[in-house]
Amino acid sequence: MSNRYIYVPRRQVIRGLLATAAFGATSKLWTGCSSSPTDTASTSGTSGASPDAGKPITIGFIYNAPKADYGWNQAHAVGAAAIASMPGIKIIEQESVPETKEVQEVMRNMIDQDGATVVIATSFGYFDPHVLEVAKAYPDVQFLHCGTLWKEGLAKNIGSFFALVDEGQYLAGRIAAQASKGGKIGFVGAKPINPVLRNINSFMLGARSVKPDIKMQVIFTGDWSLPVKEADATNSLADQGFDVIAVHVDSPKVVIETAEKRGLLSSGFHSDQSALAPKGYLTGTVYNWGTIYKNYVELFKAGKTLINGGVKPQYIGGIAEDYIGLATFGPAVTEPIKKDVEAAKAKLVDGSAVVYKGAIKDNAGAVKIPAGKTYKVTAPELTKMDWLAEGVSGKTS
Amino acid sequence: MALSRSNWRSRSESVVIPLAALMVALVLFGIFCMFGGKNPFAVYAAIFKTAFGSWNAFQGTLLRAAPLMLTALCTALPARLGLMVIGNEGALVLGGLGAAAVGLILSYGSITPNPAQLQTTLGLAPTVVQIGMALGGIIAGGIWIAIVGALRHYRAVNETISSLLMNYIAIALLNHLVEGPWKDPASLNKPSTFPIPELYRLGNIGSTRIHYGLIYGLLACAIAYFLIQHTTFGFAARTAGGNVKAARIAGLPVGKLTIIICFLAGSCAGLAGMVEVAAVQGQANASIVAGYGYAGILVAFIARYNALAAAVVAILLGGIINSGGALQRSFGMPDATVLVFQGLVFLVVLYSESLYGRFKIFKEPEIPIAPPPVPSAAVPV
Repeated sequence: MSNRYIYVPRRQVIRGLLATAAFGATSKLWTGCSSSPTDTASTSGTSGASPDAGKPITIGFIYNAPKADYGWNQAHAVGAAAIASMPGIKIIEQESVPETKEVQEVMRNMIDQDGATVVIATSFGYFDPHVLEVAKAYPDVQFLHCGTLWKEGLAKNIGSFFALVDEGQYLAGRIAAQASKGGKIGFVGAKPINPVLRNINSFMLGARSVKPDIKMQVIFTGDWSLPVKEADATNSLADQGFDVIAVHVDSPKVVIETAEKRGLLSSGFHSDQSALAPKGYLTGTVYNWGTIYKNYVELFKAGKTLINGGVKPQYIGGIAEDYIGLATFGPAVTEPIKKDVEAAKAKLVDGSAVVYKGAIKDNAGAVKIPAGKTYKVTAPELTKMDWLAEGVSGKTS
Repeated sequence: MALSRSNWRSRSESVVIPLAALMVALVLFGIFCMFGGKNPFAVYAAIFKTAFGSWNAFQGTLLRAAPLMLTALCTALPARLGLMVIGNEGALVLGGLGAAAVGLILSYGSITPNPAQLQTTLGLAPTVVQIGMALGGIIAGGIWIAIVGALRHYRAVNETISSLLMNYIAIALLNHLVEGPWKDPASLNKPSTFPIPELYRLGNIGSTRIHYGLIYGLLACAIAYFLIQHTTFGFAARTAGGNVKAARIAGLPVGKLTIIICFLAGSCAGLAGMVEVAAVQGQANASIVAGYGYAGILVAFIARYNALAAAVVAILLGGIINSGGALQRSFGMPDATVLVFQGLVFLVVLYSESLYGRFKIFKEPEIPIAPPPVPSAAVPV
């Protein structure tokens, strides 16, 4: 009788293991994507405070997925790590925070428990209603949101910053077109919404600026993080003979790795994925959030804040401001291509060339930007773009 | 029958075993933390402090517990009928969509109001719109899971598989509606329905930051408990759950029971979706798919399908989620740490189920029946 106390039926063991595995696989409550590579910038950064600078400025960073995701969040974490070592700065970070009441609680905890005086909310969906709500309760704390949602009339302690990627993708498109042998580019995108469409179109405009007859096929997976569909999309593009794959999803990791396995060239996004595809990686637009964060820190240390008006409520920039750049070039980017890109980049930086220069047609033939008209990347008209450029196969709805 | 009043031993069994399981899970988690080079006692203290340490901290716990109470019932109720429904997430999404649709129709007269309609609301009282939204959520979520029950009863489709797959359909439907027919053109980067006017949203309870979802959750748990334990309807459901054949022979309407219980289960999760829309997001969009449904399954399992226990377990789990942030920020532990903890709790509690009835201490003592002098008379317990 005595040894039966610790007897656990096999059925129970299997049931328990299955249930736990199923739960772990499906639960999105605490983590958007559970794969977290460990070999990347996972600096804790909590040791940045220097004792001689008096009370350090505590800055809280909130990410919506693991910060080592080879994507959007990693780009921010790299930026955060860049300011973590600055004297007088202490950073605290929390990853995998969903866009629910949870993020409001996290902001409150960072302020109440950790003494944060600046909160940087890096996910688009954190803004409305979450940042707006919490900012009301803490008028002395500065809230910086990564996005273009700031508008006149908001509370004084809310600011936003954003980097426009069109120029980077234009250059990446130029590289892709020159490196491609078949002239067929595949693009794996999340949703047909404005930022993704701008990304696709600027890439295509870049590609067509060197090879006007180049073709592009877009596959939308339907959501920001669907690794299985992303792999499927990449494989089907490979099967159809596309030889360069570009991407805009939360983490390009799966797409880049799949393209590498299939022997294709790939162009990344958000952060540097060159380590994932040593053979086929071309380049990709990377966000230099560190540049923006350093600017903020300099202002804060000089005693300037959003509230006293020393810090502008909105900072938006592109390649000229060094808010974006290109990732490490892969081996397929030859010397002539590099020279071409350097020249094209210099023109974008000094303003003698722009990405959106009419006439630009959509893929149904309608003129969307008339001849003679040019738009800088900051032009408000571009935020209404809901079409795919000429030469792109795919639908926006 | 008088014995049933004094069966404290077997009752305490169902309290002591889960508590002991929780303790074991805590110890295992402590060992895990030690391997990570952290002092387990400091970690326990941090978990306690951030989850239950002060009223301010506890509000955060209750806030996270609120949706879990409602979604837990979506698994707990059908389980009493012997059905393992895990369609909580889908029912929550449908509830959110239903609430948003009703809310917009009652506010502007249309789900996709044109700019002119957006200028003025129809002028209904907030309570009317709120009740409408709640009903929208309840009915949409209820029908969603009632479909699962009907498939089970009439077509013998496995309810676990069908409800799981219907989660994906629900999420796809949400994405389709907010990106297509119901889209607010102003929500460029994050496709959403039109927002419900501020006036009609659910506020917070008093001066706290807890929304009314908590009260809905507590009420729903209490009502569900009463329904299952203290009504003939609940008795019929439990009987059918114990033995369907016997229930049929006894003349119980098993089909009706299945569909009604499934409807009630779905309506609870649907109400959680309504709360997410009306109290948190203010509109329906992909953010309402936050995993509350799946976490609700865990809550129902640990609570052993008891509705009152589900409320308590939801608060406990809310505390664990609440403390996850502190583990990341103060201890530099990765975000998955809290998943490890919660997985350990889950596993240990499931395994502990095999311990019921194995400890003598929880058996009622064999009471000698009054007059005859036979001390070892077997009394069925």
